[in-house]
Amino acid sequence: MQVGLGHYLVISTLLFCLGLYGVLTRRNAVAILMGIELMLNAGNINLVAFNRYVAPATVSGHVFALVVITLAACEAAIGLALVMSAYRSLETIHVDEINVMKW
Amino acid sequence: MGEFAAFTILSLLILIPAVVVVTSKNIVRSALSLVPTLLGVTGFYVLLQAEFVAGIQVLIYAGAITVLLLFVIMLTEGGAGLQVRQVNEQIPLGVTAAVWLAFLLLLVFSRTTWPVAQRGNPPAYSALAIGNAFMTDYVLVFEVTSLVLLVSLVGAIIIARREE
Repeated sequence: MQVGLGHYLVISTLLFCLGLYGVLTRRNAVAILMGIELMLNAGNINLVAFNRYVAPATVSGHVFALVVITLAACEAAIGLALVMSAYRSLETIHVDEINVMKW
Repeated sequence: MGEFAAFTILSLLILIPAVVVVTSKNIVRSALSLVPTLLGVTGFYVLLQAEFVAGIQVLIYAGAITVLLLFVIMLTEGGAGLQVRQVNEQIPLGVTAAVWLAFLLLLVFSRTTWPVAQRGNPPAYSALAIGNAFMTDYVLVFEVTSLVLLVSLVGAIIIARREE
């Protein structure tokens, strides 16, 4: 049986929805960031799979997958810095307990 | 046949740890389960003949981001205890949203015919082709991304710095 574009799309859909479930149900800010990483990975699978099956002679999908990986690293660094900052001033990283606009 | 077997194994390697990531009570176990998922995605890139992206995925995701997550879990005590409730009261909403989105997307995929090209030849050296593309067609994307990376690194240091 040949692996087609549809197979990759199904797996990336399931991965994206798992990430969405994690983002919606977790209390811990670090776990929410993990859910976001899963969703970004699902998007990257789509970019590379479409590049391979729709326009195999070009590398546009690879280029944008690399850009997304770079921005994911930025997002993780900034997000975790914000988590550290919130923990230092509020003593919690549970997002449902962070409910003050000003400290 | 071999490609399909590899695809099946990699799919399980991606999806089973991903379920652990979003459901585990232990936040450290969640962070470590992220590693097999990211390595499975790397395997997908190899299957899709994107070797350069696969290498970068291992370096940045499986290497750097996982270590960063573990460091922050270590530095913020109180969030990692096993007695701490890790999920909020939105589980029914989360399940509904995720299942509906999956159903909708799979419905769209099953009704769409993609313009799949006949087996064209991928570039012999994908790193060479990617470098050329970054320096010619996508030079603006490249420059803006590097600016964002610089700003975010400086910003992360300033946000995380202890106040005087």
